[in-house]
Amino acid sequence: MSQIYEAIRSFWLPEQASTTAHVIDAPFMFILIASTIMLIGVTFYLFYLPWKYRRRSSADVPYPVKENHLLEMSWIVIPTILVFIVFFWGFKAHVDTVVAPADAYEVNVQGKKWLWQFNYNEGITTTNELVVPANRPVKLIMNSVDVLHSFYVPEFRIKHDVLPNRYSTVWFEAVRADTFQILCTEYCGTGHSVMGAKVIALGAQEWNEWVASGGGKGIQPGDSPVELGEALYTKNVCNTCHSIDGSSKVGPSFLGHWGETRNFVDGGSAVMDEDYTRESILYPAAHIVEDYQPVMPSYQGQLSDGEVYALIQYIKSINGADVPATFAEGGFGGDGDAGGADAADDAAADAPAAE
Amino acid sequence: MTSVDHKRIGIMYLVAISTFFALGGILALLVRTELAMLGDTIMDADTYNRVFTMHGVVMVFLFIVPSIPASLGNIIMPIQLGAKDVAFPKLNLMSFYLYVAGAFLAILSLRTGGVDTGWTFYTPYSAETGTAVIAMGMGVFVAGFASILTGINFIVTIHKMRAPGLTWNRMPLFCWGLYATSIVQVLATPVIGITMLLLVLERTLGIGIFDPALGGDPVLFQHFFWFYSHPAVYIMILPAFGVISELVTTFSRQKVYGYTAIALSSVAIALLGFLVWGHHMFTSGQSIVSSIVFSMITFLIGIPSGIKIFNWIATMYRGSVWLVTPMLYAISFLFLFTIGGLTGIMVGALAVDIHLHDTYFVVAHFHYVMMGGTVIAMLGGLFYWWPKFTGKLYHEGMGVASAVLVFIGFNMTFFIQFVMGSQGMPRRYADYPDLPWLEPLHQFSTIGSYVLGLGLLLVLFNGIWSLFKGKPAPGNPWGGASLEWTHTTSPPDPHNFSRTPLVTHGPYDYYTVFNGAGDGAMGDGMGDGANRPAPVPVITEGAPQEFDKQIDLGTRQA
Repeated sequence: MSQIYEAIRSFWLPEQASTTAHVIDAPFMFILIASTIMLIGVTFYLFYLPWKYRRRSSADVPYPVKENHLLEMSWIVIPTILVFIVFFWGFKAHVDTVVAPADAYEVNVQGKKWLWQFNYNEGITTTNELVVPANRPVKLIMNSVDVLHSFYVPEFRIKHDVLPNRYSTVWFEAVRADTFQILCTEYCGTGHSVMGAKVIALGAQEWNEWVASGGGKGIQPGDSPVELGEALYTKNVCNTCHSIDGSSKVGPSFLGHWGETRNFVDGGSAVMDEDYTRESILYPAAHIVEDYQPVMPSYQGQLSDGEVYALIQYIKSINGADVPATFAEGGFGGDGDAGGADAADDAAADAPAAE
Repeated sequence: MTSVDHKRIGIMYLVAISTFFALGGILALLVRTELAMLGDTIMDADTYNRVFTMHGVVMVFLFIVPSIPASLGNIIMPIQLGAKDVAFPKLNLMSFYLYVAGAFLAILSLRTGGVDTGWTFYTPYSAETGTAVIAMGMGVFVAGFASILTGINFIVTIHKMRAPGLTWNRMPLFCWGLYATSIVQVLATPVIGITMLLLVLERTLGIGIFDPALGGDPVLFQHFFWFYSHPAVYIMILPAFGVISELVTTFSRQKVYGYTAIALSSVAIALLGFLVWGHHMFTSGQSIVSSIVFSMITFLIGIPSGIKIFNWIATMYRGSVWLVTPMLYAISFLFLFTIGGLTGIMVGALAVDIHLHDTYFVVAHFHYVMMGGTVIAMLGGLFYWWPKFTGKLYHEGMGVASAVLVFIGFNMTFFIQFVMGSQGMPRRYADYPDLPWLEPLHQFSTIGSYVLGLGLLLVLFNGIWSLFKGKPAPGNPWGGASLEWTHTTSPPDPHNFSRTPLVTHGPYDYYTVFNGAGDGAMGDGMGDGANRPAPVPVITEGAPQEFDKQIDLGTRQA
């Protein structure tokens, strides 16, 4: 019996990966089963009555049917009882799952067109990767910098709209270390359907290591700037707006404009070189190229100078320019990801010039 | 085109509405075709967003809101009431041209690239997107007036124009459905008008009602919008309830079971419908207390809807069920609307809706209600009244084939979307790179939509065929007992009745009509397609006048 129940549940619902998922699945399954029984009943009569009382002759005499009050009361009272069970169950399950435990680990979430950014209390910032400890409640404090978004993780059964100028919260506790899909469920424009992200739940030890390392491995001497740049291109979802095949998406393509003179909406212009590209990544609102919207978020504080450098080398490599095979010795060590890569800054700033 | 005859205006509406239904349907097929395969196949994300928005706007504001009331309602309701026309014939014509003007503005927005906000126009996205939201908003604003005027017209007609003897208790349920609809149209439509106006002002003048940066409220728009658009759901479905009541009773030749319950529950649904808009906003950040209250009232509405379904099914009990095309549509309505209603219970339950909100589950749910409900009922009504207002019989074989194709195609398209939705597929996605394993399900749904399209094409073809090749229709091909069947020719005279009929029994008193001398003795022309026998006699030319004479002479019994 429970196997049949499980089979039906897994047909309809994704796996239960949070501690609250089963609380929400229970009323779902109750309604599903009750509805199926009711639908079978209705369907039976939709076949049986037209067959049993089919017209045999155009002169059939209708039989005056008296209304049966007992029958009528039954189909008023029974559904009423059922819907009130459903109401209270749905209401109670919601109240039981909506309030986060007081000791939850908090992460700040920003939704923007069309990516998710996660800011941790430890000073780490990640894009489209929400790294959390498994088996520990996590509370997300979310807002949007532009339009409405909605934060949805099907396996956790959580969803909440993300609003500009207002904080909303959801919480979850992942039951195991694994990767889960985050989806945006409030329509937000061109990139709505690619505004996916991942929850990466780590075991206790991995989690501590991840925090201690400042959110990942820093740049090592000997790394290839182009390979790192390519990785950053997808990791920071530049690919949502910037193609590498010359086609124009929300933003200009990375292919084909290197070294060109770009005209801005305010009438100015500049040649697309290292300095202009660096400015566009860190201060995207400074100059807007003609025919494009000022929608790009700033990556200031999220990319170290070494990473900006790597991205520039990647863009150059797409356009066929010569690029160095490795980072300079002693250049971009340190703690990589976050804005805390001060030590590397000087060297990083010099690097493009040395090119 | 300048006629004030309600039947002609109704036919003008029918043509216009069918055109927009075809347009919306083509857009829907484009949407399904794009989704059949991962990646950009026939259009990019921006085009997709414009196409699904246009599908929603056209289907909601230009098709389904005016659909049954403005076309079938306009044509049939005054006849069912025994009236010569609606109360304000010129207002009726004006509402048609306002509708055309609104539609024109909405189509105009296509010239500047369309709109990409979804039919819900949520701010702040709609306030800042670079597309033609203003033209579209004004289109909805103007079309809203058409809806209000029709509502006022119908309310006055029903109150003041009923024939002598046609008491509220003898009014056909189609008129009851339209009456409840009209109340909602008059009370709710101004709200969407004001909301659209505010949105236009927000975009042009930056007044800051909705923009949080200017002190506005980012969620307020959703409250305004759903304060209209939830009652609008009842504008869409209540006339369908009316049509189904007529179909079930005529083709079962049996009194509608629980007439009073169905009539009053329509009005109850219309009024309660104003108090549930917040159930569209469980994840929006409104307070939990309001979510709980909205959830509870939502369930209260579910009860009268359920009662109606049971009553319609019970109507067939001990009847004489005639399975012709309109009845097949009515039975598929009962099946599809039951699924729509039961899944409504699912999304009404607070905790469950958190998971299902804005997924394909919701898409499937409202298509089961709107298309499986309203559109199927409208098709049934069209086949039912087609002989009456065109004077031609449609092709029965083609009709049955279309009903079967539409039923199969519809379920293929949308049932699978329940599963996709509860598995987590969000709506309004141009592509699904994060959920690639759903591709085969999407393909199944797309194939279903082609079958559905084919079925609907067959309906169109049947209509055109019957206009040119169809046999002339008798006055009462189905043996209906309401006034449009018993007292008018097919098509009716320009003034419907040469004299106002006197109504002496309820609209569905087949037993009385049949066993008394009734409205005439049984016809004996059995089996002839053009002359389908019925207990209430087939009326050929001149019959209404003969009835009037009988009334004058006092020889007519009922």
